[in-house]
Amino acid sequence: MHTFLDFFHQHVEIIYIVILSVFLGIEVIGRVPSVLHTPLMSGANAIHGVVVIGAIIVTGQAQPDNYPALILGFLAVLLGTLNVVGGFVVTDRMLEMFKKKK
Amino acid sequence: MGIHILTLCYLIASVTFILGLKMLSHPTTARKGNLVAALGMAISIFGTIFLFEHRVDGESAHLHNLPLIFAALFIGSAIGFVSAKKIQMTAMPELVSLFNGMGGACAMLISVIEFYHYQFTATPSPNDVLYLTHKLSTLSILAITSGLVIGSISFSGSIIAWGKLRGVVKDRVFKGQRALNMLLLIVLVSSVVILVGITPSVSYVSTESIDPLNAISQTFQYISNLHIYLFYGILALSLIYGVLFVFPIGGADMPVVISLLNSFTGVAAACAGFVYNNQAMLTGGILVGAAGTLLTILMCKAMNRSLLNVIVGSFGGDAAGAAASAEQGHFKEVSLSDAAMVMSYAKKVMIVPGYGLAVAQAQHICNELESILEDKGVEVKYAIHPVAGRMPGHMNVLLAEADVNYEKLLEMEQANDEFKTCDVVLILGANDVVNPAAKKDPASPIYGMPILEVELSKMVIVNKRSMKPGYAGIENELFFQPKTSMLFGDAKKVLQDLCTEIKAV
Repeated sequence: MHTFLDFFHQHVEIIYIVILSVFLGIEVIGRVPSVLHTPLMSGANAIHGVVVIGAIIVTGQAQPDNYPALILGFLAVLLGTLNVVGGFVVTDRMLEMFKKKK
Repeated sequence: MGIHILTLCYLIASVTFILGLKMLSHPTTARKGNLVAALGMAISIFGTIFLFEHRVDGESAHLHNLPLIFAALFIGSAIGFVSAKKIQMTAMPELVSLFNGMGGACAMLISVIEFYHYQFTATPSPNDVLYLTHKLSTLSILAITSGLVIGSISFSGSIIAWGKLRGVVKDRVFKGQRALNMLLLIVLVSSVVILVGITPSVSYVSTESIDPLNAISQTFQYISNLHIYLFYGILALSLIYGVLFVFPIGGADMPVVISLLNSFTGVAAACAGFVYNNQAMLTGGILVGAAGTLLTILMCKAMNRSLLNVIVGSFGGDAAGAAASAEQGHFKEVSLSDAAMVMSYAKKVMIVPGYGLAVAQAQHICNELESILEDKGVEVKYAIHPVAGRMPGHMNVLLAEADVNYEKLLEMEQANDEFKTCDVVLILGANDVVNPAAKKDPASPIYGMPILEVELSKMVIVNKRSMKPGYAGIENELFFQPKTSMLFGDAKKVLQDLCTEIKAV
């Protein structure tokens, strides 16, 4: 019990962020028309590419002679960037078509 | 100073992600919303590269290995940009699945590298004492392992989903698969619990306060070989689980799976956010995790099925069996000129587009048919099933690409109200979404899925390439009903001929 409370006390900020974000995520897309499901999924897909920040940090912290970490880090940044750039561009392409005929 | 600006950057990024998602859910603001989120992403990425500080030897230092990071950014951007620009709109769900897998792989690799650092903290060399500044708390090891598990499942699952949509990977169903998946999941969860459990909650506050030699011996105690075996065992199990998880799920459910894996990657990103206590990653990841889960549930609702049912249902496998046993009835064909005739004298024509239309790249010619018919005073509308195509809303994107007016696209409920007043329903390469078995036959694998009730109209013309069952592999009795006429051929070719014929009428 004490460990749990201690854990809670130490990470209270993170716990708040998580809980509020969950509700926000649900609320924000709650009333999306089904025509926009695919672009929304694709846009959300691009946003979780934010994981690339972690890849940048881990690569930037690696010792210059730590080759396994450097190689894996390089790969992680590359794949994360692919997720971000590809995700946003493909979403934009989809939405561009919606706009055209108006 | 820099680190404070970075905090501000992350705040801006979090706000843009929320705004972006919000704007993405309204047709008028969607495109701007996407750009807003992209801008926030760029700010947080470049902020991290130039402003991030970490502690080395008790002093703060910027990130190094910048050339390597920029090379990876450049190559990733180039590949991502070109493939997103060049992809055919019909193949887009595959690409989204693939990008999602890349994000999952990124989260997986971060966990592996973080653990690798801990692992080598155990090597007794004076330099490695530096790594002891890493906090090895229960929370970090839990976050690292969760990121590993969720990221790997998302990665291998997305790759299989990508293969399935491309038709490279076939449905694999074998006896006891569900039991095996269950067992694997239990083993996976218990391994994670054990790994986290045997890692004592210890934080190395700083190296100065501890005698270096003493510190090394302590690390030895906490990172044992058992940790290492368990960790890589969990990695392998997660990858295998991702594959087995998607394998039995049949074609028609693939959108749901991609959406689910999308939210998984969001959670994996949030786990990595825990490790670095990074607010942008946390909010971004959790937002996508929550929104993605809701989107998945909305999709399941559109098919009147529960999420659990989709996951353990092994939809495609059962359907294949049902198709084999279904009996063939009699169907009648209609000639092009007859079809053209009925359509030009109809008052109202409803077009039901399906994936067949998309594959044949016939959306543009479909739009042309619409305008020719309208010149003759025929009212033309489109009935869009929520899961028409390969993803919810996929068909709307394809028709929008062909300049079809937004207001002509009816959602399922509206369309079902209007079928009664339609003279002709033209079905273009759709199958499962108009299969009456979903309403009548409790034994059918798609039983319970809401469908477009096309048989309420006066006449149904079905364009298909052959009598082969649709994506879900189920026979469709609609084709054998007296109201229905078949018009065989490639959708594009048939529509072109129809246009010519109707012009001549």
